Amino acid sequence: MAEFLIDVGIWPWLAYTLAALVHIFLLVNLVAVGALLFIWMERKVSGRIQDRLGPTRVGGRFGWLQTLADGIKLLTKEDLMPEGADAFLFKLAPYVSFCASLAAFMAIPFAGGQHPFVALHLNVAVFFIIAVLGLEVFGVILAGYSSASKWSLFGAMREAAQVVSYEVPLGMCAVVPVLLAGSMDLVYIGDRQAGGFWNWYIFHDPFTFITFWVYFTCATASVNRAPFDLAEAESELVAGFHTEYSGLRWSFFFMAEYGSMMAVSLLASILFLGGWHGPIPIASVLGWTFEDGFWNGIAGNVLGTLNILLKGIIGVTVMMWVRWTLPRLRIDQVITTCLKYCVPIAAMTFLGATLWQYALPDKMFFGFLDVPAHTYQVAELWPETKSAATQPAASQRTASADTVRMD
Amino acid sequence: MEDPIYWPSLFFLLFAGIACAFAVAVVVSANIVRMAFYLVMSLAATAGLFFLAGADFVGAMQILIYVGGTLVLLVFGVMLTSQDRFISMKTSRFELGMAAGVGACLFLLLWFAAFSVPEWSRGLTRAEVNAVPLQPTATPIGMGLLGARVDGADSPDKAGYLLIFEIVSVHLLVVLIGAAFLARARYKRSTIVE
Repeated sequence: MAEFLIDVGIWPWLAYTLAALVHIFLLVNLVAVGALLFIWMERKVSGRIQDRLGPTRVGGRFGWLQTLADGIKLLTKEDLMPEGADAFLFKLAPYVSFCASLAAFMAIPFAGGQHPFVALHLNVAVFFIIAVLGLEVFGVILAGYSSASKWSLFGAMREAAQVVSYEVPLGMCAVVPVLLAGSMDLVYIGDRQAGGFWNWYIFHDPFTFITFWVYFTCATASVNRAPFDLAEAESELVAGFHTEYSGLRWSFFFMAEYGSMMAVSLLASILFLGGWHGPIPIASVLGWTFEDGFWNGIAGNVLGTLNILLKGIIGVTVMMWVRWTLPRLRIDQVITTCLKYCVPIAAMTFLGATLWQYALPDKMFFGFLDVPAHTYQVAELWPETKSAATQPAASQRTASADTVRMD
Repeated sequence: MEDPIYWPSLFFLLFAGIACAFAVAVVVSANIVRMAFYLVMSLAATAGLFFLAGADFVGAMQILIYVGGTLVLLVFGVMLTSQDRFISMKTSRFELGMAAGVGACLFLLLWFAAFSVPEWSRGLTRAEVNAVPLQPTATPIGMGLLGARVDGADSPDKAGYLLIFEIVSVHLLVVLIGAAFLARARYKRSTIVE
């Protein structure tokens, strides 16, 4: 976007600032408004699962303004802090969580093609997102430690134990689509799965199918959702790490939680579920691709954005369904699940997917279909050798993946 | 059109300033968990420097390994071993003097190393900097793992060795786990009950 503004003739510094502001405005609103929607949805889903109605009155028929009313209530609450608390860390912890959750969205693409909808087009996006989402834990641990409350400290210690157990299988599962696509660029991984649900990596072979479910389990653990919500554990630890928080600080933790739920769901949909490509290739049938013109491509990308947001929301809904269905695990059960079951399964599926790809390199959909021709056109650029690197290439990094797709 | 300010320099100073300020804060602070937090900020700013230099892979690695992994383990360890609620550390004068001496030596080493690079001591012009292309860093590493070196341009005497290196490091991990398994305390069920 910044390059576009510079072409129009705005000063570069203003163009970059404007582009950054637009990006961050959209992403903050995705997280914040998303949290409003998801908290309302959580109430409705839990209500239906428990044979209740959930909120029905605020804002008309479905109680859809309930969260807004709650938000206003939270704003008017007194900002409490325990007497023995470490004031500096206590005040800082919610922001650490929220920043980590928001930073992950910077590298998530919402549509691909030659002009991907992404704030920061990183060629190591998968790696970056997993690294940054791991930082959210730090906010939780700081909150638990600085609250000077035994419930909070118990929550934080459980969280620290949980982190070391789920990070390993989560990383191993995310590697499988990277292996199949041959890149860590999420835009590229998403575009390799274009064309319909039979091209999605979840259906690539039996091993990736299993990998997806292991990934989803570990992702649920990574965002502290039941059955892995040990840091919170309302029935045992009052409210775990956020026992002592109230008002807006408390709501920051919740925005971070729902934000990272959305982030891991979006990551799952890009890695396994075709990203912005729908189950049926509507956009290419309608002619909404960049081959048919710039604005057609943008229209297709908008459709793709809706598509991936829908997939993300479905993923979050499944997490809610799981939360209100399964009982909470004990801490030793969490560690056993992650380390004794998920790690070996992930390792086996990783090996299996590698061998499958080696045996049937040109097959999709459990080996029944051929890889579509357009997949070969999407190829990552071979880096220039030193002899060729002398030519000036200022915008090399952003343009690297795009230049190849044009031919 | 040319910008009046060279933005990469500004961001470099910003990140470097944050990294240095928080590094000093780590030394000055007496509370271990606060130290851990300052260390996180310092290391994250260093990751920012890597991103600024176009080394995305190293930057993400910095966040994952140093900021994420090590510090969670550090905080975990501190909380399990602490006796008081808020641990504070008192450093003696002797320790402070020793640390200052070692720090000064390392700083001098870095100082002379940095100024021995000819381009760095004379300073680069903007045109020279722009002539160096920014390349994706992950692809060369991935190709290196497969045995192809992009800098060697397929010459046979420059084969990649990264995969072997990586396998050796995984073996080290296996050895570590094995050592932990062998060294752990074995309680029989009866001894716990009694």
